[in-house]
Amino acid sequence: MDKKFLLGLYETMFRIRTFEEEVKKQFEDGNIPGFIHLGSGQEAVSAGACAAIKPDDNIGSTHRGHANLIAKGGRTDRMMAELFARETGSCKGRGGCLHITDMSVGSLGANGIVAAGIIVANGAALSAKLQHNNKVVLTFFGDGATNQGKFHEAMNLASLWALPNVFICENNLYGEATPLAKHMKIKDIAVRAKAYDMPGVVVDGQDVLAVFDAVTEAVKRAREGKGPTLIEAKTYRFHGHHIGDPETYRTKEEVEEWMEKRDPIKLFKAKLLKEFKVNASDIDSIDKKILKEIEDAVKFAAQSPTPDPSNLTENVYA
Amino acid sequence: MAEMKLITGKDAIRDALIEEMKRDPKVFLLGEDLEQATFGVTDGLIEEFGSERVRNTPISENAIVGAAIGAALTGMRPVAEIMFADFLMDAMDPIVNTMAKARFMTGGQAKVPMVIRTPSGAGLSAGAQHSQSPEALFMHIPGIKIAVPSTPYDMKGLLKTAIRSDDPVLFFEHKMLYYEGGDVHVGDYTLPFGKADIKRKGKDITIVAVLAMVKKALLAADMLAADGIEVEIVDPMTLNPLDMETIIGSLKKTKRLMTIEEGARTGGIGAEIAARVAEEALDYLDAPIKRLGGRDCPIPFSPVLEEAMYPTEDSIAAAVKQMLG
Repeated sequence: MDKKFLLGLYETMFRIRTFEEEVKKQFEDGNIPGFIHLGSGQEAVSAGACAAIKPDDNIGSTHRGHANLIAKGGRTDRMMAELFARETGSCKGRGGCLHITDMSVGSLGANGIVAAGIIVANGAALSAKLQHNNKVVLTFFGDGATNQGKFHEAMNLASLWALPNVFICENNLYGEATPLAKHMKIKDIAVRAKAYDMPGVVVDGQDVLAVFDAVTEAVKRAREGKGPTLIEAKTYRFHGHHIGDPETYRTKEEVEEWMEKRDPIKLFKAKLLKEFKVNASDIDSIDKKILKEIEDAVKFAAQSPTPDPSNLTENVYA
Repeated sequence: MAEMKLITGKDAIRDALIEEMKRDPKVFLLGEDLEQATFGVTDGLIEEFGSERVRNTPISENAIVGAAIGAALTGMRPVAEIMFADFLMDAMDPIVNTMAKARFMTGGQAKVPMVIRTPSGAGLSAGAQHSQSPEALFMHIPGIKIAVPSTPYDMKGLLKTAIRSDDPVLFFEHKMLYYEGGDVHVGDYTLPFGKADIKRKGKDITIVAVLAMVKKALLAADMLAADGIEVEIVDPMTLNPLDMETIIGSLKKTKRLMTIEEGARTGGIGAEIAARVAEEALDYLDAPIKRLGGRDCPIPFSPVLEEAMYPTEDSIAAAVKQMLG
């Protein structure tokens, strides 16, 4: 495989992780208001999936949406400014973590409502079909969302109309504070695809190349007019549902074990060095670049003005 | 003078859809049973425009509204039909949390140029879940424009404006107005949002009425005219934006205000208008404001009970006489 491409995947994952850990710090320092949902641990899903589509394709996102947006090309300085609730944020400080979006890179929006983005993503896929522009949509959602009626309505409609929509379930094993086994009877969410006569694929969500391959195949199928695919990426979030979550539903040992053995960035870095013979210095220089980028993003956010209350009601209507 | 023709409400809607689809290839329709056309509005449109642009959907209101939002966000101008206004409740999340807020919460990046058309209102003994008039519910949600046409002429002109709007529009079509006749312009015309129409001029009392209540108010006004009472009837045409200027202008002349709606009175359209008048124009009133509307009760199946739910021309006329003392 092309080294530049592989290093690109690494860079995206490292950018997400560095951004998320910096957000946690800034939140704990009191610089970020609201509820923050971090994606550390789930980087391989966003990075692998978004590497399989083009810049003008769309994604639908969730309440845990920073990783999706960064992987799609969202600028970290404007994202950090958004979380700092500043006028220079990608949503001018009106959206925050739950609604973080940059439509210029093809994000249809993050969502505070579980499963809300799935039905909207269908519409963007329908749009592509009606405009014959061969675009596809990746719809990210969590395991909890697959218990929502909206998920099932959307799957049925996408299947019926052969919409170019790839359904990507980031199964991080917990729906908020409830473990999977307590919110559904099935073990693999991918089996839900059968009910809608579409392929259902389980993939290791900690393996960025496995995700990339699965999504690449689903995207090909979508562009050929053969309709949607449901991909279930088994993954894990390293932090609580939101920052401050007491996490009574899982043990510290479980979290530490995942961080130790199943960290997608560590796993991929080892693979890059061993299997793909990438130079350690190439990885180091990416790390340095990203650390500087996120440091600069924080500076940009901290120096940016807060929104002017006299403009409060702008953009309610056209 | 533009050429006029006499058509029904449903055909006025249908004409607007046909003309807008011909004018703009981005306009398309989706909804349940569009092929069979429940009230006849979309009769023959699949034959005319094909099943790509006139899309029969599963019974999935969330998926319908969600798909319309996604299509609108990416360059199309969808017109979704929700078969009965009662079924809007199925799709409250995408309507309230996404459609209404997308532009705002993205800091103006998103635009959502879509219309949800929906038949509302009672009169068919359709019971509590197929007869509601929930317009006022949506007045409480910033970000949604609301059209409430009462004549074929208004239906056609307002629907064209709705389809061309860059904001999401909820477009209420009262079922009992689908088969009422009225003159419309042949060909293209639009009517502005936020501009009330004075349906009858008078000097003794201002009645603000919407949808099917406009006709009842007009009938009551005819009866009252025989007693020398001149009623002015203001049809707001849209509830958001709401043309308070015309309403207040009228009551400055008449000194009396009555509101009539079909939805429940509590928290209703009249409640909002009365509150704004109390804030902005109380001094002009010579009598307390009177709100007529649906009773605070689910809508019954029995025709006898259903009729007892709503203002009639007789009860409107009686209420006016009482106000004028």
